[in-house]
Amino acid sequence: MSPLALHTLPGRLARICVVAVIGFLILPPLVVTIAAFNEKALLAFPPERLSLRWFTKALTYEDFRAGFWNGLAVTVWASSIALIVGAAFAFALDRYEFRLKRTIETILLSSLIVPHFTIGLGFLIIAAQIGMARGFTVVVTAHVILVLPFVLRSVYVSLRNFDRRLEQAAESLGAPPARVLLTVTVPLLVPGLVSGWLLAAILSFNEFTASLFVTGQRTQTLPVAMYNYVREYADPSMAAISVLYIAATAALLTFANLYLGLGKVLNVEQPR
Amino acid sequence: MTSRPFLGAFVAPAALCAVALVAALLAILQYSVRMHVPGSLEPGGFTLENFVALLKPLYARVFLDTAWICLLTAFATLLAGYPVAHALVHAKRPFVKGLILIIVVTPLFLGEVVRTYSWIIVLGNNGFINFVLWKLGLIASPIQLMFTTFGVVLALVHVTLPVMVVMLAAALAHIDPAYERAAASLGASPLRAFLTVTLPLSTPGILAGVTTAFAWTFSAFATPQLIGGGRVNMVSNLVYQLGFASFNFPFAAALSVAGLAMTFALLGLIRFGTRRFENVAQH
Repeated sequence: MSPLALHTLPGRLARICVVAVIGFLILPPLVVTIAAFNEKALLAFPPERLSLRWFTKALTYEDFRAGFWNGLAVTVWASSIALIVGAAFAFALDRYEFRLKRTIETILLSSLIVPHFTIGLGFLIIAAQIGMARGFTVVVTAHVILVLPFVLRSVYVSLRNFDRRLEQAAESLGAPPARVLLTVTVPLLVPGLVSGWLLAAILSFNEFTASLFVTGQRTQTLPVAMYNYVREYADPSMAAISVLYIAATAALLTFANLYLGLGKVLNVEQPR
Repeated sequence: MTSRPFLGAFVAPAALCAVALVAALLAILQYSVRMHVPGSLEPGGFTLENFVALLKPLYARVFLDTAWICLLTAFATLLAGYPVAHALVHAKRPFVKGLILIIVVTPLFLGEVVRTYSWIIVLGNNGFINFVLWKLGLIASPIQLMFTTFGVVLALVHVTLPVMVVMLAAALAHIDPAYERAAASLGASPLRAFLTVTLPLSTPGILAGVTTAFAWTFSAFATPQLIGGGRVNMVSNLVYQLGFASFNFPFAAALSVAGLAMTFALLGLIRFGTRRFENVAQH
């Protein structure tokens, strides 16, 4: 129970602030949705007549289509690799002591603080030196590094809430370590693994700045294609594709919240 | 525990990723002290010229502007995020809690391009804000919101808010409610209990939130590029311009190195300042 109860003046002010901030957060997605149905080719608010033509145009625009499939391929590879690498490392972090433990952890988490343009530039320079500039390998590698901290965190939180006695029971019944891992540990970690993978996939699919540096015409992902579009044209096709993006993201997050408990993943639940 | 099954297999892939990240950063460090050969992508011999050039007013100005925008964004985010985090943690109905959480975190997952584009429609001369103000009869002609620092900061707060709220909420959720009850039972008003008990106890969350908001703002590219439109420039825009318009990768690398140094220096300063404040508060 919060002491800042609603009948007090500070409590009321706090509530007004909360409503204002929530309004601020949902205003842009709301406005872009309305603009997407505008029939006119000019980006103006409010629309005079409604139309679906920009959705058709966005869905058939070649760069968006190519960008979508490129982005999807990069996302599936990057988030799956990050899941395996991150889950294994989170397990080692939770259970073992080993040399360079803190060093490796700090380096991997530093991609949260190091600017994406710096990481992008670094991978661009390396790729150019080994003759792989703008190829898929470099794009996927950069994405793995960028999403790894989120997988690490998600799996680590699940491991902290893990009941070790279940593993000990399997061990005492004679199961070798590999069997314990595959039949007890991994199945119990599934919610953490799924939410980690989902967060990684959403972030990778949306990643822009580093991708701008490491992708080329052939490998450009959807956000890069969209950025190039905004710079060239001003029609509402961009609004239409943004709406599809927003809807897909909100749906995925709602799913994540209902089935996996977003609050637990983000660690904002009060401990019981 | 002495037995560590599969240790190597669990750590090696992560170590490889760490090596890749370090290699990328070392590549930048290496390029930053090389000469730019116009017309060639290959850098020349070793030099410190790139760092000397950073002191030119043109570039120094961008660094100051960037630092200012980052600080402004970080503190605006803190002020806007705190009440929301408090409401999120103390919401009683799971539905309300879930709703606040989803609305708050969605911008985080929208990607910079979609978010920035949405803000263009909100801030533009034919955009939402100008339309509403004009309808209300408050303005006769559109007010300029695009290409201003205010517009850039507003759009940047939109993306730093989610992470700020999540970090503050994590800190608030782990404060034992018994402390506030104790303050109340000793006669403290709710406001006083909040200011003298809850707020100081949430300092770790405030620190983490401000630090991350600062670093993320520094990392932003599409927002200052599209909403700033060349009139509000941040280090990220300069790095891209130098790399892809002039192909001067050594200087772009030097800017990145200086940017990293500035981020870490300012973050250290924020931490130092907060510690001083805490010490004062304890006396």
